Amino acid sequence: MPLAEPGTGRPSSSEPAVDAATAARYWSKTSGLMWLMLVIWVIAGFGIHAFAPMLNNYKFLGFPLGFYMAAQGSLIIFVVMLFWFARRQNAIDAEFGVSED
Amino acid sequence: MSENSSQKGDFLSNLGKVYTWYTGGFAAFVLVLAVLEQMGVPNRIIGYLFVFLTIGVYALIGYLSRTAQVSEYYVAGRRVPAFYNGMATGSDWMSAASFIGMAGTLYLLGFDGLAFVLGWTGGYVLVAILLAPYLRKFGAYTVPDFLGARYGGNFARFCGVIVLMSASFTYVVAQIFGTGIIASRFLGISFELAVFVGLAGILVCSMLGGMRAVTWTQVAQYIILIIAYLIPVVLLSAKVTGVPIPQLMYGQAIDQIEMLRATKEALAGAPSHITPFQTYDPLNFFGLIFCLMVGTASLPHILMRYFTTPSVRDARKSVAWSLFFIFLLYFTAPAYAAFAKLEVFTNVIGSQIADLPNWVRIWSDIGLVRVNDANADGILQFREFVINADAIVLATPEIAGLPYVIAGLVAAGGLAAALSTADGLLLAIANALSHDIYYRMIDPNANTKRRLVVARILLICVAIVAAYVASTRPAGILAMVAWAFSIAASGLFPALVMGVWWKRTTTAGAVAGMIVGYGVCLFYLIGTQYYGMPLWFGVRNISCGLFGIPAAFLTTWVVSMMTPEPSKDMQDFVESIRTPRGGVRMAGGEKAPE
Repeated sequence: MPLAEPGTGRPSSSEPAVDAATAARYWSKTSGLMWLMLVIWVIAGFGIHAFAPMLNNYKFLGFPLGFYMAAQGSLIIFVVMLFWFARRQNAIDAEFGVSED
Repeated sequence: MSENSSQKGDFLSNLGKVYTWYTGGFAAFVLVLAVLEQMGVPNRIIGYLFVFLTIGVYALIGYLSRTAQVSEYYVAGRRVPAFYNGMATGSDWMSAASFIGMAGTLYLLGFDGLAFVLGWTGGYVLVAILLAPYLRKFGAYTVPDFLGARYGGNFARFCGVIVLMSASFTYVVAQIFGTGIIASRFLGISFELAVFVGLAGILVCSMLGGMRAVTWTQVAQYIILIIAYLIPVVLLSAKVTGVPIPQLMYGQAIDQIEMLRATKEALAGAPSHITPFQTYDPLNFFGLIFCLMVGTASLPHILMRYFTTPSVRDARKSVAWSLFFIFLLYFTAPAYAAFAKLEVFTNVIGSQIADLPNWVRIWSDIGLVRVNDANADGILQFREFVINADAIVLATPEIAGLPYVIAGLVAAGGLAAALSTADGLLLAIANALSHDIYYRMIDPNANTKRRLVVARILLICVAIVAAYVASTRPAGILAMVAWAFSIAASGLFPALVMGVWWKRTTTAGAVAGMIVGYGVCLFYLIGTQYYGMPLWFGVRNISCGLFGIPAAFLTTWVVSMMTPEPSKDMQDFVESIRTPRGGVRMAGGEKAPE
């Protein structure tokens, strides 16, 4: 197998970091988290705004709700979900012993 | 990281202190100028001080961060902490269009303008979950680097460079254009000259220190731009509602706007501020959001910021911080729009044209506000008042009756926004040329010194060409920024995402997908823009990615299924970038990035 040149910097190895079975289970759990995030993204980024005309009949913090969701609500969801994602994915890394050394 | 012990260790461990002092110094500087203004120093001098002192500080940071090391030049030595990389990404991301144009767009479009707010934030979700950690693990210098390694060779790399150049160049021209406008307004020099003054500001930041210098100036620029953005609207909110938290209080302003619109006769014809889908139908509204989001996750100058973090874990955290810092500005923009609109609806429309507020006169002189008494009754009607989108943020200090020093602060913020984005874009272009084209394709044996010299010369050349194009004032430049998103999304997104998430993606599939996506997107764009081609399903051409992105995904999939599956080596390579631990197993004789 043609290996990478040693180079001056990053290590490059031919040995996988974990065995194939662990890698497969790790990846299926990582993919699961990815799909969950993608679903939340579709709902917060698109889904709820389709109902904006209806939501505007309600008030939230003094804003029409449909407007509020597009101007602030979805943005807050995005920020919170990314911090949560970073923690969750790090936990998955630790669980399968694939965190960086 | 063990590398922390090298010469930058001191600076890195004192980042908090350094930037706290810097922020305090900037606040003191603004206060001194405020005192000078009260003492009768002319506005012109205050404008000069703001422009030259802030550019001087950026230049100083650029000079102090000069480097002769390749990895410092391309990826800041991969030692930028997640929090600061988030700030740097924030200013890399927010350009003159966000800083000056966004609030104005919201003023004019109401709810529909929120497509930009949503589209320019939600894309970071895609960056975090689909790309940033994996590209960081691979350890690329540039985005085409990844394409070259994953799709075995220089053809895929070259396609990536073409897409990168098309998207980034249209974008950088717009930034230099914005820099020129601000510099000419506050220095009182001609636009063409101002473009080159702005250019000098951009080059001193990036030329000596590459990514390292750009990173630390971008952090400094973020601090200035966010202060400059928040202060005027906080003061305006305090004046109008008595509470200095505009983001919470503008609901009241919206209520009053809607009430005035229903009751005030002169406001006949004013569109609602909260009713959705008045300008964009739902297809265009959601199509635009989709293109902006996917484009965010494909723009090389953003993706390459995540190459600079110490680890994969930091890359993930850093995307979250980036979005947080961007959020601070974006959730404030609708407040600017609402307060400015309330002021216009209350004190401008329906007033005697003879005694309009003073700020209307100031901005009419510059041509950003137009008052035209069409029915000659001496009273200003809604239809007789036109305000340019760019005027909202710039005019807020005068609307709120604040001293000139605040206007200067806003100009410094706009300049920081434009310069920081231009820096990131120029670096992305020059790095693709010097690293991917020159080093990887033309002269793989070039030594370190030669590579850095080539990188710097190319940076200057690209900057001069971009400044020249900007100085000719090409038409429709803001539309071009939106196009850059669709171009990048159609050309790069499927190849990048499928390269990580679908091992079966073949070289032929990815290359075909890039060419088809890019081709469909450009065909629709150019056809509808210049040759009167009818719109497909009524989709506006700023959302041309709506056709390009699916076409690219479909082509990549079909062609991949028709070609033999990638080698075991290549599948091992993909496996190794999916796992944070361990080395990257390169396939097909590609060299690992250093």
